[in-house]
Amino acid sequence: MINGLGRNRFSRTGVSLVGCGTILGSFILSIWVFIQVKDGNTHVADYFDFISVGSLKISFAFQIDQLSSIFLLIITGIGFLIHVYSTSYMKEEKPEHFGRYFSFLNLFIFSMLLLVMGANFVIMFIGWEGVGLCSYLLIGYWFKKQEYNKAANKAFIMNRIGDLAFLIAIFWLINKLGTVSYTEVFSSANLAKLKAGDITIITLLLFAGATGKSAQIPLYTWLPDAMAGPTPVSALIHAATMVTAGIYMIARSNLLFSLSSVTMDVVAYVGLATALLAATIALKQNDIKKVLAYSTVSQLGYMFLALGAGAYSAGVFHVMTHAFFKALLFLAAGSVIHAMSGEQDIRKMGGLGKKIKITFITFLIGCIAIAGIPPFSGFFSKDAILLAVYVKNPVLYGIALFGALLTAFYMFRLLFITFSGSNRGSEEQKQHLHESPSSMTIPLIILAVLSVVGGLVGIPELFMKGGDKFSAFLLPVIAQQDAHTVSHATEYMLMALSTGLVIITIIFAWFQFRNYQQKESSGFGKVLENKWFVDELYEKIIVNPLNKLGDFFNAIFEKSVIDGLVNGVGKLVNYSSRQLRLLQSGQVGLYVLLMVVSMVLIFVLQFFLRK
Amino acid sequence: MPINYYIFLSVALFCIGIVGVLTRRNAIIIFMCIELMLNAVNLLLVAFSKMHYKTALLAGDAATTAGTDGQLFVFFIMVVAAAEVSVGLAIIVMMYRNIHSVDVNFLNRLKH
Amino acid sequence: MVPLLLILIPLLTGLTAFFIKNEKAVRSWVLLSSGLTLSISLLGLTVLKEDKFLQFQCEWLQTLGSSFSVRLDGMGQLLCLLNAVAYPLILLATWNSSYKKSHNFFALMLLAQAGMMGVFLAMDALLFYFFWELALIPMYFLCSIWGGEKRIAVTFKFFIYTFVGSLLMLIGILFIYSHSPSHSFDIASFYEIHISSKQQQLVFWLFFIAFAIKMPIFPFHTWQPDTYEQAPTATTMVLSGVMVKMGVFGLIRWLLPVVPVASYQWGDVITTMAIIGMIYASLIAIQQDDLKRLVAYSSIAHIGLMCAAIFAENQSGMQGVMIQMFNHGINIIGLWIVVEIIERQFGTRKISELGGLAQKAPAMALLFVIVALANLALPLTNAFPGEFLMFNGLFNSLVTKYSVWFTAFAGISIILAAVYTLNMIRKVFYGNMNELTATVRDVRSNEKLALGIIVILIFCIGVYPQALLNVTKEFSEAIVKKADILPLFRGH
Repeated sequence: MINGLGRNRFSRTGVSLVGCGTILGSFILSIWVFIQVKDGNTHVADYFDFISVGSLKISFAFQIDQLSSIFLLIITGIGFLIHVYSTSYMKEEKPEHFGRYFSFLNLFIFSMLLLVMGANFVIMFIGWEGVGLCSYLLIGYWFKKQEYNKAANKAFIMNRIGDLAFLIAIFWLINKLGTVSYTEVFSSANLAKLKAGDITIITLLLFAGATGKSAQIPLYTWLPDAMAGPTPVSALIHAATMVTAGIYMIARSNLLFSLSSVTMDVVAYVGLATALLAATIALKQNDIKKVLAYSTVSQLGYMFLALGAGAYSAGVFHVMTHAFFKALLFLAAGSVIHAMSGEQDIRKMGGLGKKIKITFITFLIGCIAIAGIPPFSGFFSKDAILLAVYVKNPVLYGIALFGALLTAFYMFRLLFITFSGSNRGSEEQKQHLHESPSSMTIPLIILAVLSVVGGLVGIPELFMKGGDKFSAFLLPVIAQQDAHTVSHATEYMLMALSTGLVIITIIFAWFQFRNYQQKESSGFGKVLENKWFVDELYEKIIVNPLNKLGDFFNAIFEKSVIDGLVNGVGKLVNYSSRQLRLLQSGQVGLYVLLMVVSMVLIFVLQFFLRK
Repeated sequence: MPINYYIFLSVALFCIGIVGVLTRRNAIIIFMCIELMLNAVNLLLVAFSKMHYKTALLAGDAATTAGTDGQLFVFFIMVVAAAEVSVGLAIIVMMYRNIHSVDVNFLNRLKH
Repeated sequence: MVPLLLILIPLLTGLTAFFIKNEKAVRSWVLLSSGLTLSISLLGLTVLKEDKFLQFQCEWLQTLGSSFSVRLDGMGQLLCLLNAVAYPLILLATWNSSYKKSHNFFALMLLAQAGMMGVFLAMDALLFYFFWELALIPMYFLCSIWGGEKRIAVTFKFFIYTFVGSLLMLIGILFIYSHSPSHSFDIASFYEIHISSKQQQLVFWLFFIAFAIKMPIFPFHTWQPDTYEQAPTATTMVLSGVMVKMGVFGLIRWLLPVVPVASYQWGDVITTMAIIGMIYASLIAIQQDDLKRLVAYSSIAHIGLMCAAIFAENQSGMQGVMIQMFNHGINIIGLWIVVEIIERQFGTRKISELGGLAQKAPAMALLFVIVALANLALPLTNAFPGEFLMFNGLFNSLVTKYSVWFTAFAGISIILAAVYTLNMIRKVFYGNMNELTATVRDVRSNEKLALGIIVILIFCIGVYPQALLNVTKEFSEAIVKKADILPLFRGH
């Protein structure tokens, strides 16, 4: 799993072989592991004491159970496909940069595996920060452009804010329980030891950590900027794997979260708000990757909504299907960008459907899947979420359904603007238009197939007896959820309702954007185009004051107050010595007089003090 | 003779010395005044030493050594005074050679 | 025997170095000496573990109740190792910088090393004070002779600052000496004094100001950025890598166990000061344009955390501080090495004048980024276990009511640390090259070797920190026990 850095000296093929080979190896291992844990086994491998101080023992240990094995499969499987894709996508890079790219990518996979396989919160935190680092390195991969570097910095720093909350949650656990390992924390004896207030605070802090990594309100703004990285990176890190780490963390600590209804509500509301906010922003974006990025933020919101509604397995299920279709969409977008010689603005595309068929079809499959039309994978996972939300609160269900419609709308807007109508690009781009090589299209096809059939593992009991295998598989890890209290009729009705509305939305989008013409947006559209001015708001209320404060400290406080104090002491000494010097007049008479006077004074004082 | 007389005399001498040092400007006179003060102290020391010796004798201690240290101090002071006089007079002579005067107020240039 | 050798080797070789006029020869001589010191320090850590090797005592000023008593205990082991590791690295990295009258320069460096060794080893307060000053004086000459343009004024400030601290500490030492039961300067008798809480507070402040100036803790820090900026880089490395640890070391060995009651009473105040200092220094670092000053302020922020963790008075914090002292020393030397390379090549340290170095100097960029990330305490680098334990200690501290707030505010500084470190990397290494930086040449092999060793240390300690934690385990247990004042209350 660990891949050496510094493979700059290998040839390009060597690098790609090593890079892909190791991931393939770990994918095969993951399958083996998956088969091992299928019967409900849990493996804990304890390697060495990482930190052992006083009563606190943190061991470097891995734990593999059903939850982590699913993530392992997603990470290594999609990771492998994206590695293969990258070998040709990044072909034009210089060899040393090519090597750098793959070493970062492998480092990412390593950290991600560490994250999901760790047997305690500290190891998870190590992977957690590790993936943040790799994300930083890969976003800023084209380091010549300062904007990209700024985006990388922003990603890292926003993640750090979440990390801090995570870290404090770990300390809180240590304070209350004296341990961080999953098995001990989640043992019922320990859970009983915790007071309700503690659980709420710990889970809220954990959730705050998750908002950083999984791009939820208020820390979501880094993810769209993170699209500065190469497209396969966006697919792997910022869509399929890393951003779902927050979901993993909450699903992992579901026993804790279930105990605090306050946190569950917060998670659900934040998730829903993010889903809606990001969906509205996505309506007006013109960068193909930005649309997908906001869509990712929005889908992550749905996953949190599911977690908040207590449907952990639905959340994890959506992680899996989302990994399939979002990786597919990103890679297809990458293929489009590749075809358009680096163009990312959809206003300059159009009519690509006939030129790059495979890309178009796979993209279409991705869109259908994300919109949630049966029997594509997105339908099953989204339906599971919506159902759980309906059980929790029908009003929330309505809002979530509205969000789902927005999703369908902006995705098909993207699809139609890009692939139908006439080409609005330059002549040169039209000349260049070509389908990508097979090492790029094969991963696309595989992912497309997965996007179609991937949902079937979680097919609800409604359609097939003994269905819902997915939740059954996760049962050992995830606490028993409330039984569905809705009748089959309601379930059918909800499905039909959402499917019908989605199809109507798509048709609406078709008429709206079939022949897209550029026009200025106005009023509310402008606000959406500018992403609700959230970035500007953060800049105003956080970044600027901090800069000002730093400036003030540096230029004024440091120099005049502290140095002033220090120099003031020096000046005082100087001044008093100058005053004392006046006594040294050189007049002998004065000296003698002073001498006599002080002697008399001493005598008198002594005389009085003795009494 | 009671000790009081000695004390009065030496205090008078000492005060004359102090006033002289403070008011006179002639270096030699100041010098003499300092000597006067020293001798006032000497007188006092001898007088007390004698007194202590006498009281010890009267108390019946025939082989007493009480008061001898006072006399010793007197000798010390005389030796120190002699040394001081020699150095001091040398300074005064040098001063006279340089500025043709023994007025101490001319000495304030020392500070520069 | 080991501790005596650790002091004597640099002392004697330093004195002889004054007389070796040939520059090449003196460099080799110094490298030999520091290599020898390092191997002895390693021997002390691994093979010669028995007490008889780690202890040395002979008569010194018997009439005053002071003896020449040196011993290697857990914390001493770690810091002596740091001191011994730092010197060869510094020599390697600055092999190409030439100094006028180099024999004097290197001789003074070695004398400073001897002084610092003595500080870390002394088990006698007077001896401690003696070495404390012995370490300071060569530094004064190093900065004032070989420093930058404003060196005289800055060195003067540095000297007055630290000297005032030293004198206050001397008063404190004498005060405790006069109250110690056996009238001796021995550390054991210092630990046994019984003085009232008022007197403890007096002694506490006398000692604390001395250590706070050395570390430095806000608001006693203004000498530091100036001095780091003006001193020759090799000296700055010694100052920031090893010498500031003297202050932290002093807090742990000479303050906490000697006056536990006062430490408890003032703990909250000191922690607040330290945390204000962390945020304050980080905010200033964000605004800095000078690389050296930026690193200097980042160092203030890191040391602030150590100070706060010491006053958490529990084992997690204490162990974190100790491992962090070592790691911070290693990391900051790495940062200085790169700063030195940049300054030597371009003649400027202004961040705004640099840019795009990663294009032509990938090795330098890679090594620097690793060191900088270690400075950010990223997991699997060496600073992470230290910071984790320190924050954990701070959070779980039993001696304060505000531990949650302390941790939260101290945590802000790790976010700010990410801001200034990443901004520095971005502005210096990334982006496009300008005229100045187009002439960049990558690191030379000696610099690569030094940085390479640092990077290896970063990862080794980062993956298996327990190795270092084991060294200081017993010692920190003992200190925490001594600092614990609950038995005192139970006794009364």
